Amino acid sequence: MLTGPVETLTYLGGLLADHEFQLGVWETARAFGLALAIAWGSGLVIGLLLGAHRLTGEVAEPILTALYSVPKITLYPVILLFFGLGLSARVAFGAIHGVVPVALFTMAAVRGVPPVYFRTARSLRLGPVATARHILLPACLPGIVSGLRIGFSLTLLGVLIGEMFASQRGLGHMVIRAMETNDVRLLIALALFLVAVATGAGALLLALDRHVGRRGAGPR
Amino acid sequence: MSRAGLIRTGVIVAALAALEAACRTGLIDRFSLSPPSEMAISAARILASGEYTRDILATFATVAAAAALSIVAGFGLGVVLYRFPRLKRAADPFLASYYAVPSFIFYPLFIVLFGLNRWPLVAVAFVFAVVAMAIASVDGFLSVRPILLRTAASLRLTRAQTLRHVILPAAAPYLFTGVKLTVVYAFIGVVAGEFILSGSGLGYRIAFAYQSFETATMYGLMLILLTAVVSVNMLLWARERRLHARLTR
Repeated sequence: MLTGPVETLTYLGGLLADHEFQLGVWETARAFGLALAIAWGSGLVIGLLLGAHRLTGEVAEPILTALYSVPKITLYPVILLFFGLGLSARVAFGAIHGVVPVALFTMAAVRGVPPVYFRTARSLRLGPVATARHILLPACLPGIVSGLRIGFSLTLLGVLIGEMFASQRGLGHMVIRAMETNDVRLLIALALFLVAVATGAGALLLALDRHVGRRGAGPR
Repeated sequence: MSRAGLIRTGVIVAALAALEAACRTGLIDRFSLSPPSEMAISAARILASGEYTRDILATFATVAAAAALSIVAGFGLGVVLYRFPRLKRAADPFLASYYAVPSFIFYPLFIVLFGLNRWPLVAVAFVFAVVAMAIASVDGFLSVRPILLRTAASLRLTRAQTLRHVILPAAAPYLFTGVKLTVVYAFIGVVAGEFILSGSGLGYRIAFAYQSFETATMYGLMLILLTAVVSVNMLLWARERRLHARLTR
């Protein structure tokens, strides 16, 4: 029923040279890249705005937490009805998975900056740009990087789920088709490939997270 | 209600009214999105007719089973990692990058292993949720202040007594956060699994209604599911806030 590791690796080696597989990887990578750019960009902006204005943050936080907890796959048909069956629907679906954690982490990071930092900035007569550059950014970078890391994972999850349901392209679709044709060898090879790529990227972001975190926790 | 709470209610009501107006005036095409009032009517009709009761119960039972298994196993894993720090150091990189792997890609594998019934759903939700509980448990145990452990030692408590009377109460807020995440992840796992490939359950019914262009039914079912998830989450969230308030006291 399952295939052994050596057989899977050999099969995956052959798969990497396969044109159809490369096309699937390209489709997924394209959708994921766009979704990630949207999720990171808008998550940062939303998080910064909500963090900067306390009342707005308090109003929005429970709404964002509720959105975070909802199984977003439920909303996928709505996205499909609005965006149609294509790249934009998959991008939108990936982005809504990633944007909430990035916004929540950024907001918490901005809020967590001790007020004494801003008082110091004022007493040093720093302008708004200099304050943002030299005080705000270094102080909340560790929190923001953690948020970006979680946003990365969830966006990838969103894009793959989007491809698994109602899509004709990408690795997610290949997984589902392999299942329907009972091609266990292909299924396990695809799973291995995705695990390797995701863990590799996750480890890189984690190293960055730790690096920034150490610097942030440094001399105070 | 606090000022923020009042404004929040106002914002939500205004958003719903705007959505209703946009649908009624034809700004948003009727086929894509039902007005919220029609969603509510459709949801009420679905609940009253009992047509989908079996699917709703199946989904909730599966979520409950997956969450219960994940909480027990995750807690156990947390205890093991806490007792063997060397094991924890070895496992740390895997735990930290665990959620980078989209565990749903294993769902088809679970179907191959368990057959086309509810167990692959339990398995995929379990795989998705159990690590959150394990991480929260071990974080909670490690957050217990050393002075409490020294007090326990000076009172000559046994290991089991220390765990029961000192560590568990002290780590309770963290454990509860783990429970909350586990429930949330179990919901996501089960519903997504039902959506992609299953023959029953709320997720399957929503996907089916989408594919057969029954927009009203689809939005009714969606509203039922989202209301249930958000209510459960809000209850857990309120309880969690009370527990965490204890920490800062």
